[in-house]
Amino acid sequence: MIDSAQGLGWWGVPLAVLAGAIRVSTPYLLVSLGECITEKAGRINLGLEGVLIMGAMAGYGAALVSGSPWFGVLAAGIVGALLGLLHGLLCSLRRVNDIALGISIMLFGTGLAFFLGKPLVQPQAPTLAAIPFGGWSDIDQIRSALQINPLFLIGVGLAVFLHFAFRHTRWGLQLRVVGDSEDAARALGYRVLQTRIFATVIGGFLAGVGGAFLSLYYPGSWNEGLSSGQGIIAVVLVIFARWEPLRCLWASLLFGGAGALGPALQSMGMNSGYYLFNAAPYVLTLIILIATCSPHRTLAGAPGELSLVRH
Amino acid sequence: MSTAPLTRWSTLAESIGIPLAALLFAMLIFSGFVLAVGQSPVDVYALLYQGGFGSAFAWQNSLLRAAPLILTGLAVALPAQAGMVIIGGEGALALGALLAAVAGLVLAGLPPLAVQTGMLLTGALCGAVWIGLSGWLRHYRGVNETMSSLLLSYIGIALLNHFVEGPLKDPASLNKPSTRPIGDVNMIGNLPGLDVHYGLAIGAVIALLAWIVLRYSTIGFALRTVGGNPRAAQMAGLRVGGWIVGAAAAGGAAAGLAGAIEVAAVQGSANASVIAGYGYAGILVAFIARQNPLAVIPVSILIGGINAAGGLLQRRLDMPDATVLVLQGIAFVVIIASETLIGRSYPWRARTASPPANAQPEAGG
Repeated sequence: MIDSAQGLGWWGVPLAVLAGAIRVSTPYLLVSLGECITEKAGRINLGLEGVLIMGAMAGYGAALVSGSPWFGVLAAGIVGALLGLLHGLLCSLRRVNDIALGISIMLFGTGLAFFLGKPLVQPQAPTLAAIPFGGWSDIDQIRSALQINPLFLIGVGLAVFLHFAFRHTRWGLQLRVVGDSEDAARALGYRVLQTRIFATVIGGFLAGVGGAFLSLYYPGSWNEGLSSGQGIIAVVLVIFARWEPLRCLWASLLFGGAGALGPALQSMGMNSGYYLFNAAPYVLTLIILIATCSPHRTLAGAPGELSLVRH
Repeated sequence: MSTAPLTRWSTLAESIGIPLAALLFAMLIFSGFVLAVGQSPVDVYALLYQGGFGSAFAWQNSLLRAAPLILTGLAVALPAQAGMVIIGGEGALALGALLAAVAGLVLAGLPPLAVQTGMLLTGALCGAVWIGLSGWLRHYRGVNETMSSLLLSYIGIALLNHFVEGPLKDPASLNKPSTRPIGDVNMIGNLPGLDVHYGLAIGAVIALLAWIVLRYSTIGFALRTVGGNPRAAQMAGLRVGGWIVGAAAAGGAAAGLAGAIEVAAVQGSANASVIAGYGYAGILVAFIARQNPLAVIPVSILIGGINAAGGLLQRRLDMPDATVLVLQGIAFVVIIASETLIGRSYPWRARTASPPANAQPEAGG
């Protein structure tokens, strides 16, 4: 797909980066929206990295067996929700640390996905079809750049919906109160643990769907190197987005652009710095963390119960 | 950590008994998993034992794999003394391996012992700087060290891949891009009478030293104070930033050293084979060991044994090599969840009569 950028000369690079940004950003967007919900409720689930990989594997397997990529997406979401449930329940035990538990679920999910995914490396599952928005153009590059996956559009819709729901709905308020102050939530009669478990399950579901995007659309196959840190980057991205769903969308596009830089340059024949360009999202994430954090104050907009930002 | 006053014995019983019980429980769950995929748990455990500890050959194989795990376990356990959760060992190991290989080439021609010392020190220094950066970022910039260390880890791995396949690639290494070999004379040899290299002894000695220092010197106390309550530590005149960076750097040094040893004793050059998951397994090791440097040694041997037996499972039962990762993943989740059992009222604690900790549903940090 990106190869077609060759025809526009070096102008192909920004176009490929733009097209790649949309493509690469989708898993970031879905995972970060999920994590945003979880963190709003006052918990952090670092295990989404493992959930993403499990989702990719389960989605690919389910699509292969059923012949329907959308069934794969659903299966990935359910598997993700189950891992989210595991995190949510165990985290509700006294003294169990959410960050440590997240790390363990990251390794558990990765191991389980590698185990169950062994027979899935060879066969090709049906992939998700993109919607061609570029039909009006004669230029191939533009047409391929405007091939947009429905999951991206769903993510955009979800970001808008969550932006509204956090502010103006009852459960949005409940989520925020639970995340900001356990005592206040109890005083209001909200069930803190149930709310948090629910928020983690939803977060897991979305991360699973994000994983299905990886295996069923882009790159569109299952292998063990499919995700390397996208789940973690998405967690950081939520901080950068200050727990605002719409900002999650912009941040995802930014990260998607950084992630698309490597493949875009590679398609122009620049192979030398391949690994370095692929590390761009990590570097960007780190820079953003450094720029947004401060030792002297908690982050603006941070849920008060979040262990991540408490010092 | 705010623990009620406990007798030493009940603490010991708890810190050994609960992880052991958790591991047994994890094995039970794993048995269910094995049954679900149509294998016999008895066969699997028998092979795990046989492949890990069933013969002298198996023991040597396990110890060989335990050697880097002791160090990557310390990479998590040492920063944990100051209250940090650092999980960037894999990348520190990769960078340590890369720079140690470079040091080996630069120092070539010197006596082997000098070359080896230079390589190990370079690897350790490199890891110390890399993970020390996480500590620095945490203290001076308020950046969460768990995430920064993991990001640094990915960057470290990318740097290794870049240099090994690019500027530092040995043109003679076709199938497996590597740096130029450091030469057989400069390789670290085996322990007397064993097929296990000196790296195991180096790791074990460092773990033992770390345990002694943390337990019997004021350093351990200072670190725990810094980790438990930075403000109080500051009031007491401790330079909190220095301790935080130091603890992170010490962990990074251990991981970097592990990388250097992999190059100097196993691979003979830096290549992608050093990225074998030792850094991630080290996280598990440290958590099972409850961040105790001494306990890191036996736990590393246990995990090393499980990893060593993975190949046997693959050959005999045709199970994927990731089988051992599933077992380790289950063990990790159960170990973390078992934290909830720590500090409850048990019969053996009746005499101390400590009231149960505040009925908080969750522990902070």
